[in-house]
Amino acid sequence: MTPPPPSPALELAARVRSGEESAAAVVERHLRAVDELDGELHAFVTVLHDEARRRAAEIDADAAAGRDPGPLAGVPVALKDNLCTRGVRTTCASRILEGWRPPYDATVVARLRAAGAVVVGKTNLDEFAMGSSTENSAFGPTRNPHDPGRVPGGSSGGSAAAVAAGMAPLALGSDTGGSIRQPAALCGVVGMKPTYGTVSRYGLVAFASSLDQIGPFATSVADATALFEVIGGHDPLDSTCLERPAPRLLASLDEGVDGLSVGVVDELVEGTDPAVAARVAEAAEALARAGATVERCAVPEVRHGLPAYYLLAPAEASSNLARYDGVRYGLRVEAATVEAMNGATRAAGFGPEVKRRIMLGTYALSAGYYDAYYGQAQKTRTLIIEAFARAYERFDVLLGATTPTTAFAIGAKVDDPWAMYLSDVCTVPSNLAGHPAVTVPFGDDGAGLPVGVQVLAPALGEGVLLRSAAVVEAAAPARTPPRVRAV
Amino acid sequence: MSGDAPRLTRQDAAYVARLARIDLTEDELELYAAQLASVLAHAAELGALDTEGVEPTAHPLPLCNVLRADEERPCLDRHEVLAQAPAVEDHRFRVPRILGEAP
Repeated sequence: MTPPPPSPALELAARVRSGEESAAAVVERHLRAVDELDGELHAFVTVLHDEARRRAAEIDADAAAGRDPGPLAGVPVALKDNLCTRGVRTTCASRILEGWRPPYDATVVARLRAAGAVVVGKTNLDEFAMGSSTENSAFGPTRNPHDPGRVPGGSSGGSAAAVAAGMAPLALGSDTGGSIRQPAALCGVVGMKPTYGTVSRYGLVAFASSLDQIGPFATSVADATALFEVIGGHDPLDSTCLERPAPRLLASLDEGVDGLSVGVVDELVEGTDPAVAARVAEAAEALARAGATVERCAVPEVRHGLPAYYLLAPAEASSNLARYDGVRYGLRVEAATVEAMNGATRAAGFGPEVKRRIMLGTYALSAGYYDAYYGQAQKTRTLIIEAFARAYERFDVLLGATTPTTAFAIGAKVDDPWAMYLSDVCTVPSNLAGHPAVTVPFGDDGAGLPVGVQVLAPALGEGVLLRSAAVVEAAAPARTPPRVRAV
Repeated sequence: MSGDAPRLTRQDAAYVARLARIDLTEDELELYAAQLASVLAHAAELGALDTEGVEPTAHPLPLCNVLRADEERPCLDRHEVLAQAPAVEDHRFRVPRILGEAP
């Protein structure tokens, strides 16, 4: 047993709030780390030096005047570049949004600012969040801080790498099929997908609206929980946001798992690398030692999650991305008619993976194929939700791997879409069900690459989810520090 | 029908590209026809599932008709929004002609 990892975000906020350190000094230190490391890692597409310094000065002025600077006072945060920031370019790593500066802030961005957090930059992603490696970016790939020859995972690879390398203690990403949890696992940090509807999606550029959810990256479960508390809660600007107050979970984070029952899901372990399966087994033992009843269980329907996801998500994407038509913002390639302008603009503006998914989704929704593909995938989604419901009659939380492998080499899967999609096999079921899930770093694969263990809970089960995650975290072997990191 | 890869011709791909309003090159049509067929082959396993009487799920939350109070509130600034457009005329988005007639 090693001591729990530090919670740099909570510690920095405490120091800034008590006046022990200025927000300006905290922000300067992190900007310096970005300047030193990001040439190699390319986690950021935009670094906001001036804006971050200005904001830090405001927070210091607030604190000096006796005003509460907020629970995340002075804490640097990196934002995935599909979250709208007023007046600051928001690219989705796509050429089609060239030059676009959103006229409004995403709700999560406004809440971060109100909590005293300082946005230091916008992070790289697979174009429109479509991918599992951050290689599908119009700006080029992000590299894994543990091994720059490998991918950081995706699609929120920039946010995961930024936190892993210590360029920011916190980051936000979006998780449609694993886009927070998979890169967090591959980069050795904590990443959480909250219950659908607990965090406002207003200002998150839509990919697949029934699956998309914003969530936190951090180096500890406590820091991730603190960030979730700040961004969560009802927002009238998102009609799918639940009418619930902001979550309050930090206080109960150390309540342990004594008396809980944990199911280790066969289908979320079988087929993963032996080292990954071994780490999941060790995490299960740790939960048992902490007083939980741990049993294996089968949820066979989750095996159908991946094919269902790769019909439903592209179908929704093909509809959501119809808005990029060259008319109102972003790129336009001029042509004689509107239709020709649309086709030429979209051909020039979208990268290969986005085109592939729009094609796939359009096909799955087209006349003659709708029932066989889209309709059948929607029914499969119901089967998966029902299977989870049966499992949660017996168990409080479920446990499995986050990813089948550790970080793979850059370029290894770019020519085989299905091989790339398989990276998401353990994460998509939670999105289809709308449930929360979190990945916790738990040792490595024997070659120094981090392994993530995934905890899953039923809808609105964040309390029990994060308590269990904290127990797993406390039992995790000492982490191997990333090769590229802030010192 | 598991493993039964659907045949997808270059013409099918061209039809889908037209529906999606993306001008694809001959090479792209060739590539996507093959790649779509390979992804759809994996999707075909869903066809073997017994979904008789199963309701489709479109959305994880049972929400319908979320309404807000009918109160006036500020909206986005028109000039700020139009400043993002590739082409503007008389405070409107300017586009090429839509109908077939000569300009």
